[in-house]
Amino acid sequence: MDPGAPVDEPAGGDFVYRHRWPTRLWHWLNALTVFVLLMSGFMIFNAHPRLYWGEYGANADTPWLQIGGDRERGHIVIGPLDIPTTGVLGHWYDSNGNLQNRAFPGWATIPGHYDLAGARSWHFLFAWLLFIPGLLFWMISFLNRHVQRDLAPKRHELAPRHVWQDVKDHARLRFPTGAKARDYNVLQKFSYLSVIFLFLPLMVLTGLTMSPAMNAAWPWLLDLFGGRQSARSIHFIVAMLLLGFILVHLIMIVLAGPINEIRSMITGRYRLPKEKQR
Amino acid sequence: MTGRITRRQALVSLGAGGGLLLSGCDRIGRSAAFQTVQSGAQDLTMGMQRLVTDRNALAPEFSPADMSPFFRTNGNAMPRSPHYAAHLASGFADWRLVVDGLVRRPLSLSLAQIRRLPARTQITRHDCVEGWSAIGKWTGVPLKLLLDGAGLRPEARYIVFHCADDFRGVPYYESIDLIDAFHPQTILAWGMNDRILPVGHGAPLRLRLERQLGYKMAKFVMRVEAVASLGRIGRGKGGYWEDVAGYQWYAGI
Repeated sequence: MDPGAPVDEPAGGDFVYRHRWPTRLWHWLNALTVFVLLMSGFMIFNAHPRLYWGEYGANADTPWLQIGGDRERGHIVIGPLDIPTTGVLGHWYDSNGNLQNRAFPGWATIPGHYDLAGARSWHFLFAWLLFIPGLLFWMISFLNRHVQRDLAPKRHELAPRHVWQDVKDHARLRFPTGAKARDYNVLQKFSYLSVIFLFLPLMVLTGLTMSPAMNAAWPWLLDLFGGRQSARSIHFIVAMLLLGFILVHLIMIVLAGPINEIRSMITGRYRLPKEKQR
Repeated sequence: MTGRITRRQALVSLGAGGGLLLSGCDRIGRSAAFQTVQSGAQDLTMGMQRLVTDRNALAPEFSPADMSPFFRTNGNAMPRSPHYAAHLASGFADWRLVVDGLVRRPLSLSLAQIRRLPARTQITRHDCVEGWSAIGKWTGVPLKLLLDGAGLRPEARYIVFHCADDFRGVPYYESIDLIDAFHPQTILAWGMNDRILPVGHGAPLRLRLERQLGYKMAKFVMRVEAVASLGRIGRGKGGYWEDVAGYQWYAGI
């Protein structure tokens, strides 16, 4: 142990209480909810696998993104880019061995076959499971000071040199140990804050902007996002950002020690990684 | 070594969990209990939307410059019934719109009579459940005028639109509640983009219901019926797509 540290400072190997119950509950609920929303969202996207900017957009209009395929290949077209996706997007085989040219394959969608009505039922049920607990988590996390104490970056953490050091540490897979591992590092704080206060609210608001009834009630939503088809595009882009967050999050869990990390999100108790032996 | 096994185990269990979730979802989705939960969520969505929306809140209207250069058709573009073909051939000269059901004075109106009634013109966005949108200009008689003319009986709760088109012999129909039926933008359109409504878009009359999705906006409307409940019409879910494919009766989202 560092001889200069105060007596009650925890050290590598010690257990600390890291996640309170609202965080843990919301985390595991979202682990389910976000996947159902993503996968039913992919099914809904399959009904019209083209994205536009502006208020309108249909088959005769020019999409900025399009996923499709034919007998030979599948591809995603983004502006001038034409990226082959044969076998995954726009060209894949269903469980009966039949070639399908829908955008997202059956293994990535809910339901696992083309069913727009079913996907909408799943999507709008789980949208409530995202929205109401999300609001509660916001409220509780301000009240119990989780946001102010654990998520808000400290002033010194915002210094460019500190952020850059954290980027380098991540790139070298050098993770904090001992007492330093008790708190989130600054990149973690940035990503959690973005998800909680930017990406998820954007998903809810762009989702509502696609609702014709909400357009009548709250027309400012259309002004905010630049029209219904723009809102649909932003909904898709932010969903991809969330998917990217989840992938990086899972990789980091595996690299940082999955047992300790998963256990801490279940029981709240986290074992501080041991300091490296010199 | 232990670390590596743990990682592999974690990845394997993650993959297995995903597969289980996937095959499970389709089974859960078909269960009666889960469908009850889903329809509860639909009621919640409709209730909340109605709560935050003024009954008469207007859907956004646009200027001619905002209109889609091309407005695609969807669903049936040409009814197959010989009856409809005969009306089309004669320019709907002998065609009548029937307004009946739970009304005091059933109506039978010719297209010429309908076109002489006060009309509303609106440039609005049409949103298909599939995800695309098109902006067009619609001209037609407010449904409220017809319903007031026929005089709804107090038991009337829904307005049903019976159509000339069919899918595999099953006639198309749709239904709306009275909040939407009396909304100022709810019209039976006979004109589109400054011309007579084309067949592909539902001639001679199509419903415009600007706060809901496209499949609610019945085309080729032949008869408007006021009813107390939707249970005895079609298969009882309030519309063709609702009956055959489980689409949501409330399509405000």
